[in-house]
Amino acid sequence: FFFFPPSRKRTKVDAERKKTFVLKMPMELTQSRIQKIWLPNDNRPALPRRSCGPQLANSPTVIVMVGLPARGKTYISKKLTRYLNWIGVPTKVFNVGEYRREAVKHYSSYDFFRPDNEEAMKVRRQCALAALRDVKLYLTEEAGQIAVFDATNTTRERRGMILNFAKENGFKVFFIESVCNDPTVVATNVMEVKLSSPDYRDCNSTDAMEDFMKRINCYQASYQPLDPDDYDRELSLIKVIDVGRRFLVNRVQDHIQSRIVYYLMNIHVQPRTIYLCRHGESEFNLKGKIGGDSGLSNRGKKFAVALNKFVEEQNLKDLKVWTSQLKRTIQTAEALQLPYEQWKALNEIDAGVCEEMTYEDIREQHPEEFALRDQDKYYYRYPSGESYQDLVQRLEPVIMELERQENVLVICHQAVMRCLLAYFLDKSADEMPYLKCPLHTVLKLTPVAYGCRVESISLNIEAVNTHRERPEEAKKGPNPLMRRNSVTPLASPEPTKKPRINSFEEHVAVSSALPGCVPQEVPTQLPGQ
Amino acid sequence: SPARELTQNPLQKTWEPYDNGLPAGHSAQRGVCMTNCPTLIVMVGLPARGKTYISKKLTRYLNWIGVPTKEFNVGQYRRDLVKKYKSFEFFLPDNEEGLKIRKQCALTALNDVRQYLSEENGHVAVFDATNTTRERRETIYKFGEENGYKTFFVESVCVDPEVIAANIVQVKLGSPDYVDCSNDEATEDFMKRIECYKNSYETLDETLDKDLSYIKIMDVGRSYLVNRVMDHIQSRIVYYLMNIHVTPRSIYLCRHGESELNLKGRIGGDPGLSVRGKEFAKSLAQFINEQNIKDLKVWTSQMKRTIQTAEALGVPYEQWKVLNEIDAGVCEEMTYEEIQENYPLEFALRDQDKYRYRYPKGESYEDLVQRLEPVIMELERQENVLVICHQAVMRCLLAYFLDKPAEQLPYLKCPLHTVLKLTPVAYG
Repeated sequence: FFFFPPSRKRTKVDAERKKTFVLKMPMELTQSRIQKIWLPNDNRPALPRRSCGPQLANSPTVIVMVGLPARGKTYISKKLTRYLNWIGVPTKVFNVGEYRREAVKHYSSYDFFRPDNEEAMKVRRQCALAALRDVKLYLTEEAGQIAVFDATNTTRERRGMILNFAKENGFKVFFIESVCNDPTVVATNVMEVKLSSPDYRDCNSTDAMEDFMKRINCYQASYQPLDPDDYDRELSLIKVIDVGRRFLVNRVQDHIQSRIVYYLMNIHVQPRTIYLCRHGESEFNLKGKIGGDSGLSNRGKKFAVALNKFVEEQNLKDLKVWTSQLKRTIQTAEALQLPYEQWKALNEIDAGVCEEMTYEDIREQHPEEFALRDQDKYYYRYPSGESYQDLVQRLEPVIMELERQENVLVICHQAVMRCLLAYFLDKSADEMPYLKCPLHTVLKLTPVAYGCRVESISLNIEAVNTHRERPEEAKKGPNPLMRRNSVTPLASPEPTKKPRINSFEEHVAVSSALPGCVPQEVPTQLPGQ
Repeated sequence: SPARELTQNPLQKTWEPYDNGLPAGHSAQRGVCMTNCPTLIVMVGLPARGKTYISKKLTRYLNWIGVPTKEFNVGQYRRDLVKKYKSFEFFLPDNEEGLKIRKQCALTALNDVRQYLSEENGHVAVFDATNTTRERRETIYKFGEENGYKTFFVESVCVDPEVIAANIVQVKLGSPDYVDCSNDEATEDFMKRIECYKNSYETLDETLDKDLSYIKIMDVGRSYLVNRVMDHIQSRIVYYLMNIHVTPRSIYLCRHGESELNLKGRIGGDPGLSVRGKEFAKSLAQFINEQNIKDLKVWTSQMKRTIQTAEALGVPYEQWKVLNEIDAGVCEEMTYEEIQENYPLEFALRDQDKYRYRYPKGESYEDLVQRLEPVIMELERQENVLVICHQAVMRCLLAYFLDKPAEQLPYLKCPLHTVLKLTPVAYG
């Protein structure tokens, strides 16, 4: 039993180690070493106790996309999946189109999608079934919580089939339909994401566009939109109309569906840019001290001036500027001479008893804590402080508001910036604490196609390097914390991957490998990462 | 020009720029600016559809999260003007005298709305009336535009006769209008009152009202239609309305059992239960058993003392870090005497404005409310819940349920070893 006084005072801590004989005494608890969670001592089978808030979902859920081609189903699928994974709900997309591309090596033309093409109809149905089989595997054997079934699903017959599948397996079903009849929007979608599809690899843009429009036509005649007033009144669904102008929501069953609806109602597709940077170099940075509330160093002040110039050059319409409530980000914002909003939620990770220490101090005074942090930097919580996992929870409202906004500059801190960046670049919990976010560098994020383009712009003001690499000894083999979001059929082999899960580190199970994964199509790596 | 100097506000510990010794503008401290221009929420619906219920609940929620909100119930204005209610005939569509009075009441109420939003620093006004005709809503919308308010409509549509009958029993029979009537007489009169509105009722329409911002709530929350949400506050309102329900249930709030630090008069920390605290935990288990509650959810913080308390119950529980006690920063684990001795200025400041006062390197009640908002949202979604928490946290939650303002919140009585049982009834 390792006793650690949770004092916040700046005194040296007595670590008193007692080996206590553990009696079966009621209400006896031990604090887990990495996450600092209090658990009962006895060996009772762990009741489903979540450490981070409500049980987000009990039975697994299948989200079923519905809509004609080029209505944003895949865009929504990927974005929603990214969000759910970031907040800690293991989610994966199953795109039936990808299964079809595996089965039918070469796409010839829209004829494949004609309703009277019996051969093709057979293949398409088989692809859907194969995808559903993988959905079942993911949800029942791989600790998946949510599967996003991304296909047109435009007929009642197909949706009925999926509902039966879900019922047999005890899955909840939530439908997301995207309805849009604005020809400009449809054309833009086709240009953004269809012309560059593998299907049209050998076509010019005009031919591709023409073929795709005929493809859409193939679905029109048999399209039966969701009808919550009558035929579909018992289903849980959201109908997204005209890219979010209007929503129809029916029978939200649980917390996670409520969160999904809220998220879908806050996202938009207006072009805009998000800038992330840290405060200028601080006095504490110079001394190698973590945390605290120090002011900017001279170089930090120079950075603030350079940032002002940079922002002016960007020539943006209506830039919002957000800072934390710590002095160093506010000082940085002051140089911009623009209104800014202070968010306590953007404060740096609380290092608890280690606040204002250097890493050497910590290694000396809290050697075990120092080692534990390197072992599991995402889940590790400082004594009386926070973990990256805690940070994600507190930053969720920031992400939600960022989705609502247009051009925003967020001046924050290293750990905070890593969390936000991980959301935008779809990085797993394992990678998040090691993302490179150097001082005096602005990351410019622009939504493009299904993801986010990132540009790293150094403002060329010298600063200390506060980045600590993952230590060699701590690097393990197949990483149990990595996760992937989309699956293609059993073609390309893939190392064992696991979604980030919200459970105690002591009980993390490693599941069997499921081969088949497609890397993200949009390059999202930072240079030098 | 050189960067402005920053000084830390001694009460809230927020950094503010100073220009020649005077506080300068330029930064908002409350996180996202919830409202840029004031918002006018307009309720729409036949009588007994839950408009006042929604108005009051929404107003309570918005005030609790720090958005100054007030409701304006036109029926109340009518009762003030027409001292005695006689019968449903007042509401007949051809009763010219009645119509005149009712229109006058609506205009008086709108005038008060204008005063509240434009002169009294109100952010949101909830205009609670039937507003069932397009013409009436046009008038209100124009009023909003003229004054620079954003307008958001909340319509409640329900055709289930059982729901309507239940509403009448809950809140209409006890209305001042029916103080001299028997229940049967009151119900009969009220049903006829509803009829008066039906012929002229124009529900919010997909085409005709496509440019308005609104939410249409159908069948007490079975489904929703949301159109043109314009800003952050409207988005939050929609989210809240979609999470509340009317299923009967009870919420139990209590603190952890007495802790070792409680015994020493020290605040904060992460101590375990004292002997008496453990006895409380056992009593709590017995109490819960006796209450015979269906599907009770139990929530604790991540501090040892609440978890130990929950352990005695022998049922599954969920740990929420956001239910942790207020962080007293540098004062953690001190007694109040030690604080007064070591931090006399802080000690004095806290008494000056206990709600906004933030401990150095710690939190304020105001911070607590912000961090507890997801708990409130989830409590609204849930049914029977027992929340085992801490003094300051419990005060914040209680203030939400009992509609207590910020000034009173830090002084609400939440003694150890006492359970507060909250049951929704009528409008509160």
